[in-house]
Amino acid sequence: MEDISILVGGKAGDGIRIAAIIVARLFSRYGYRVFVYDDYPSLIRGGHNFSLIRVSRQKVQANNVGVDLIVALDKQTIEKHASELNDGGVILFDSSKGEVETEGVGVPFKEIVKEMEGMSIMRNSAALGAIAKVAEIDWKIVEEVFYKFLPKKTDLNLKIARKAYDMASAGNLKVENLNQEMMPIISGNEAIGLGAVKAGMAVYYAYPMTPSTGILHFLAANRDRFNILVVHPENEIAVILMALGSAYSGAKTMVGTAGGGFALMVEGLSLSAQSEIPITIVVGQRAAPSTGVPTYSLQSDLHFVLNAGHGEFPRFLVAPGDAEEAYYYTGVAMNVAWSCQVPSIVLSDKNLSEGNYSFDSSMYTVEEAQPILWDGKGDYLRYKDSENGVSPLAFPGNKSATVKVTSYEHDQYGITTEESEKVAFMQQKRLQKTEAVKKEIEDIEAVKAYGKDSDTVIFTWGSTKGACVEAADALGLKVLQPIIMEPFPDLSSYIKDAGRIVTVETNATGQLARLLENNGIRVDHKVLKYNARPFFTDELIERLRKEVL
Amino acid sequence: MNKGNKELNSYAENTWCPGCGNFAILNASKKVFADKDQKNLVMVAGIGCHAKLVDYIDLNHFYSIHGRVPATATGIKLGNPELTVIGFAGDGDAYGEGLAHLMFAAKRNINITMVIHNNGVYGLTTGQFTPTSPEGFKGKSTPWGSVERPFNPLTLMLGAGATFISRSYSNRMENLEMVIDEAMKHKGFSFVEVLQPCYTFYNTYKIYNEKVYDLEEEPPKEHVIEKMTEWNYGSKGNIPIGIFYRETRPTYDESMLREMVPARRKEEIDIEDLLKENT
Repeated sequence: MEDISILVGGKAGDGIRIAAIIVARLFSRYGYRVFVYDDYPSLIRGGHNFSLIRVSRQKVQANNVGVDLIVALDKQTIEKHASELNDGGVILFDSSKGEVETEGVGVPFKEIVKEMEGMSIMRNSAALGAIAKVAEIDWKIVEEVFYKFLPKKTDLNLKIARKAYDMASAGNLKVENLNQEMMPIISGNEAIGLGAVKAGMAVYYAYPMTPSTGILHFLAANRDRFNILVVHPENEIAVILMALGSAYSGAKTMVGTAGGGFALMVEGLSLSAQSEIPITIVVGQRAAPSTGVPTYSLQSDLHFVLNAGHGEFPRFLVAPGDAEEAYYYTGVAMNVAWSCQVPSIVLSDKNLSEGNYSFDSSMYTVEEAQPILWDGKGDYLRYKDSENGVSPLAFPGNKSATVKVTSYEHDQYGITTEESEKVAFMQQKRLQKTEAVKKEIEDIEAVKAYGKDSDTVIFTWGSTKGACVEAADALGLKVLQPIIMEPFPDLSSYIKDAGRIVTVETNATGQLARLLENNGIRVDHKVLKYNARPFFTDELIERLRKEVL
Repeated sequence: MNKGNKELNSYAENTWCPGCGNFAILNASKKVFADKDQKNLVMVAGIGCHAKLVDYIDLNHFYSIHGRVPATATGIKLGNPELTVIGFAGDGDAYGEGLAHLMFAAKRNINITMVIHNNGVYGLTTGQFTPTSPEGFKGKSTPWGSVERPFNPLTLMLGAGATFISRSYSNRMENLEMVIDEAMKHKGFSFVEVLQPCYTFYNTYKIYNEKVYDLEEEPPKEHVIEKMTEWNYGSKGNIPIGIFYRETRPTYDESMLREMVPARRKEEIDIEDLLKENT
């Protein structure tokens, strides 16, 4: 089969997420493109976890509700998901005494682990062996993947997997050799980290918060390889203030958080605007308000990040929709921040941040932009008047420059002022930078278009584009995905022939729809989902058929 | 070429009230800064009367926001460890709005100096009680008299792990200069509290002039807490000033940076190997 959907379910602590990514890696070796979504509650043990793995010849960035293979490490997986099995699908389950009772391919994972004297978490290796057999994956591939990606107790894990492999039987999900290049599999968070590093990030500050914690872990683990500093301070307020301090010193910095942490950073965002110190902030959206549903996805912070901060100032905002875009547009955000001395925000969501994707590194190149530096002539003025509002930078330590930055309104040298003319002048100077930003991004794709020309045009954003692009393809519709959200792009050429405009997004009020309407684009219908789960392709096709076509 | 006492004055107009204790801190700082490597010196300030000091001195500064001076200063030092970073903050600023940052800066032993202008009152917002105002303090937000006890910043800093702890008084110029200079020379987190009367809203000159005395020598370890608590910011006890505590411990910047200077990082990172590892 060229397009297979797999669900692996069990309790927290069963190693479901590791198993899921290994499954993706097994298929990836045959040239499949993969997408993995982890659905897990905010707890460490117990509860119900599951991961959805989609593998396909085409690039896929969404899952289906209907699955071809259910792998059950606990009873709940059957109770909750058996109804989602497609016709002709297979259930693979732990048939050990007291575990799961159902019809399908039963393999006693637990008993195998016991027999081999493994740890209970190694049931996931037994499951992997059995999955490999069901999909008729060559044992050599299993060995290769285990040795590469399960470096601890590999031989024992393989012994357990082999036993299950031998006990399971082939299902009707045979893997095919697709003769396509193998691609790396990385998460959205890792892509964000890579984009930042390529754009010259020297310091990353973050306080742990789902779904952005993965960036912190990834960069900390690779600190020496990237020669960067990674710091976990006392809270998000310290995070952004430290970042601004380091940027004042001359170090390119990024911070990462979720909506709640960003709320704490907002005074720092405003400080960045007034002091004109560059900063890049990654905000991974999760289900809110407040603590909300912390490990689940929602796109409900668009207007928060667009409008956050007291005072009026320019900002740059991108909302990537997949791993390649996360990589590239994080680089763009870093570059714009430093070229134009404005805060830039990368708006992600749990589905993208923690989703695992086949990553095509040939799609984009990230190159570090160099900021405008002071030429050393005359007296240095940190806030010197200039045509586009951007004043040349100097950093402390320069023997000819005194560098004064401030949260107060100030004169060109950086000393506090309350004089009416100077106040108005500086406000104008900062606002002028909007034009500098527009110039900087002239050649960067602000909107992506997919599908055929159609009377009905679908607007979507962020990770929802994955399901949208597939659904629209199935229904013959055109999809537009704005990635640069501020300054908002001119969309007139994209929609001049549009009859009906429909938005698809995962929030309760239609935030993209509101942004479009603020920019003079009439929205005829909103397709919304706000139960903290992403859109699934098959689900979205149904809803579009019912609500739109 | 270093700026002398006169060249260190910026063109900003001084707007402190006559008699304000901040003048002494400004003058002492300028005197100490005259002999430092000025191009690498960065002053950081919060928000409040104290903070105007950085506008008045013509050196690098980051005029930050209320409560966040230790975090800002930490970031500057981590961005470029060759910089000498001195933070100025008020008692409302450092002990109220931003106490966590002060405690963590001490805990980490980041190599910066923090000078706290403690006048026991919010001056810029015209007279409210602060974390170190005495119990019963009648301010505009507590006209009935504050029911909170003040905390003792010196023992707080000791508990948090500061490696240099001192207190001075704005009306003891020589001691003030000595303490700021020693704090800046100390490698690690240096805490300097300066008792500084607010002439307009909380004039404590008379009390301090009577009660303040110079420690002269740093107390031996076993008497540090005794000296720190001789005055607990209330009405009892005499008020020792000087250096209370000093120890040597690896600094946060050295341990974290290990020779790295982020501000000068210029690197082309090849991500192909990492991607291969994930294929």
